[in-house]
Amino acid sequence: MEKIQIDIAIVGAGGAGLRAAIALAESDPNLRIALLSKVYPMRSHTCAAEGGAAGVIKGDDSLDLHFSDTVGGGDWLCDQDAVEYFINEAPKELTQLEHWGCPWSREPDGSVAVRPFGGMKIKRTWFAADKSGFHILHTLFQTSLQYPSIRRFDEFYTTDLLVEDGRCQGCTAIEMSTGLMYQFQAKSVIVCAGGAGRIFSFTTNGAIKTGDGMALAFRAGVALKDMEFVQYHPTGLPGTGILLTEGCRGEGGILVNKDGYRYLQDYGMGPEPPIGEPVLKTMELGPRDRLSQAFWHEQRKGNTIPTQWGDCVHLDLRHLGEKKISERLPLVRDLSVSYVGKDPVHDLIPIRPVVHYMMGGIHTDINAATTMPGLYAAGECACVSINGANRLGSNSLSELLVFGKRAALNAIEYISSSGKDVDDAAVTKLANEAQGRITTLFQKSNGTETISGLRKEMTDTMEQGAGIYRTEESLKETCNKLNELRSRFSAVELNDKSNVFNTDLFSALELGAMLDVAETVAVGALERKESRGSHQRLDYTQRDDNNYLKHTLAYHDKTDAPRIDYRDVVITKSKPGVRDYSGGKK
Amino acid sequence: MSERQVEVEILRYDPETDQAPKLQSYSVPCQEEWVVLDAITYIKDHIDTTVSFRWSCHMAVCGSCGMMVNGEPALSCKSFLRDYPDKIRIEPLAHFPIVRDLVVQLDDFMEKLNRVKPYIIPKEKKSVSDGQHKQSPAQLKAFNQYTLCINCTLCYAACPQYGLVPDFIGPAAMALAHRYNLDSRDGGRDQRQEVVATDEGVWECSFVGACSDVCPKQVDPAGAIQQMKIASTVDWYKEHLMPWSKP
Repeated sequence: MEKIQIDIAIVGAGGAGLRAAIALAESDPNLRIALLSKVYPMRSHTCAAEGGAAGVIKGDDSLDLHFSDTVGGGDWLCDQDAVEYFINEAPKELTQLEHWGCPWSREPDGSVAVRPFGGMKIKRTWFAADKSGFHILHTLFQTSLQYPSIRRFDEFYTTDLLVEDGRCQGCTAIEMSTGLMYQFQAKSVIVCAGGAGRIFSFTTNGAIKTGDGMALAFRAGVALKDMEFVQYHPTGLPGTGILLTEGCRGEGGILVNKDGYRYLQDYGMGPEPPIGEPVLKTMELGPRDRLSQAFWHEQRKGNTIPTQWGDCVHLDLRHLGEKKISERLPLVRDLSVSYVGKDPVHDLIPIRPVVHYMMGGIHTDINAATTMPGLYAAGECACVSINGANRLGSNSLSELLVFGKRAALNAIEYISSSGKDVDDAAVTKLANEAQGRITTLFQKSNGTETISGLRKEMTDTMEQGAGIYRTEESLKETCNKLNELRSRFSAVELNDKSNVFNTDLFSALELGAMLDVAETVAVGALERKESRGSHQRLDYTQRDDNNYLKHTLAYHDKTDAPRIDYRDVVITKSKPGVRDYSGGKK
Repeated sequence: MSERQVEVEILRYDPETDQAPKLQSYSVPCQEEWVVLDAITYIKDHIDTTVSFRWSCHMAVCGSCGMMVNGEPALSCKSFLRDYPDKIRIEPLAHFPIVRDLVVQLDDFMEKLNRVKPYIIPKEKKSVSDGQHKQSPAQLKAFNQYTLCINCTLCYAACPQYGLVPDFIGPAAMALAHRYNLDSRDGGRDQRQEVVATDEGVWECSFVGACSDVCPKQVDPAGAIQQMKIASTVDWYKEHLMPWSKP
């Protein structure tokens, strides 16, 4: 087996991974860095983010306001020390990206422009038209090319973390083009492998978002935190689940039901302002959890519009006019015309809530450190707890920058202060064992289960039991189903016996990761007997701060469902209160 | 929802077992609103799990799923079946070595992208505490179109010159060099000129314009290369006829 000896390995080369890599290379050009990803960096899913990145920059804004928007938006499940750090750093990181060439949209005077976003009291979302994530990713990727110490391993699928002596000392990965296993011996590993939206059937997430990074850490013994909090984005295109950015509503778009009525005013987010004069933090600029929940109620009332792809409501952008739509929302127009045949300039766009983001992830502290020495995580795969029970749109792009960098700097600090080297013999043994497990899976014949069949049963049960509204009954059914799927997975059939770009094998590995991650979502949701943010229980409809002002920690069990534990939320200055999106009118 | 039976031919090649690539045909029950990629994932999920291809975002922004669809380079996630007949031929992107089936090797493109220095080479050092650059909407507009490249490499598959002369830096990388040259924050044009104002760079382009025709993001690399040619010519005249004009 090829052995690569480095100082720090980064798993995942999207926004967080690239930001971490650049921070490492800038800090010390002599650091040996390996940047691994199962796709080329520019294919990473950061590219699909549209609306923008939040950071306080304008004179009418303040760090305190961003703090209170974020903590209230997260229904007080945020760790407030982490939020405070995040909010302080976000403007610096966005400015850094500006220096690196990110084509941020501009005001007439040449300063960076900001747009309104849901749940934010002040306009503070930096944007590059409606391709903000794309531009952030490419700016980071292209910037990273000038650092020769960043050694990239594109299209390497990471299979295991190598943990010896309680420390993370590297990882194993398969070179996809050859099927060869490599061991990466590293003093520290940073996991930046993104989300897991693909555990649901209807999602904005690309095919690659299968929770691989979360599963890596989980199986190595690190807890996944707050996994039951799954964000439904209110405006997905039906059928494909393609995202239409919240920027649509930031620019003044409205949501109407089958009667053309702005139904959000019936769900505590009114009163309705005149069309074209959006009021921040109310109505269409409420938070995503509330908007998606309102859709569910409208559907129950029979106020949605039946379409060939299921029930929808309408997003109306027509009053914005062609010039503004083309200038601020060109991608939205293109996607809408192409995939549902509706031109936002002239037509109502059918939309429905769609799984978009995992608030939960690998349990990290404010230093982006996990509980395992040497292991760090950042971006969507991590849960540093700035998003709590519901993330505000445009906080995640800033988050991956702030904590990608932080993970890198702390990993450097760790390897220089711990002074510990990789235990070559012990780690090689672990790597050989990992290789053995892959070989067994690869060579197995006479499987009775198909990857696509198991995957469909998993996504169906997640959608049915762990969706926008949940009950004990629905969640128990989902937990049982996932348990069953986990055992059936051992009989999975691999037809492809080639070593070269064997996507059958990688699909199987991804499915294994997704089953693990899905179970933490369902079990965490079953155990959380309250409603908070994106986690809504029809049988426990109120927030319960006495019992559940706590983070859920899910620990891996080799043979059974995850074990659940809890941890206190860090509260510094904002006591849990009422989330008010009524514009003060109640 | 109406269904249509489409015959999808896929070029198959596994270097471990095949002497040469061959077409394999699948009959796929397709929904009317499907894209070509949907038909391929249907095959993968229901007919033949050994077909290898890349895809992710399904919204034409990640650039993974470029393929030859009936002989033309296209993003399969944005190629609607309604625009094709009942028989579709899918092959890997032209001009790239095949790794397996529809997966091609991108090393050459990645190396060329690296070579044009596609990053800001600052005019003057500026730290984050100095704040942001001012850049007017007009200054942004000057280069914004060339930032839209998703590196899908359809333009390399379309470019006849790249097919003939593999050393040609090619459309996407050149357009990105141009993008940074035009950015008001950048001062690195001289460094990039050493790479692009050469026989492997702008002077290799024969201006067929196929790159711009197939670009799914309307980047217009052909236009970028023409502008670079003109600028390079002006440089030459300045240097040779008016040496005193060079700063």
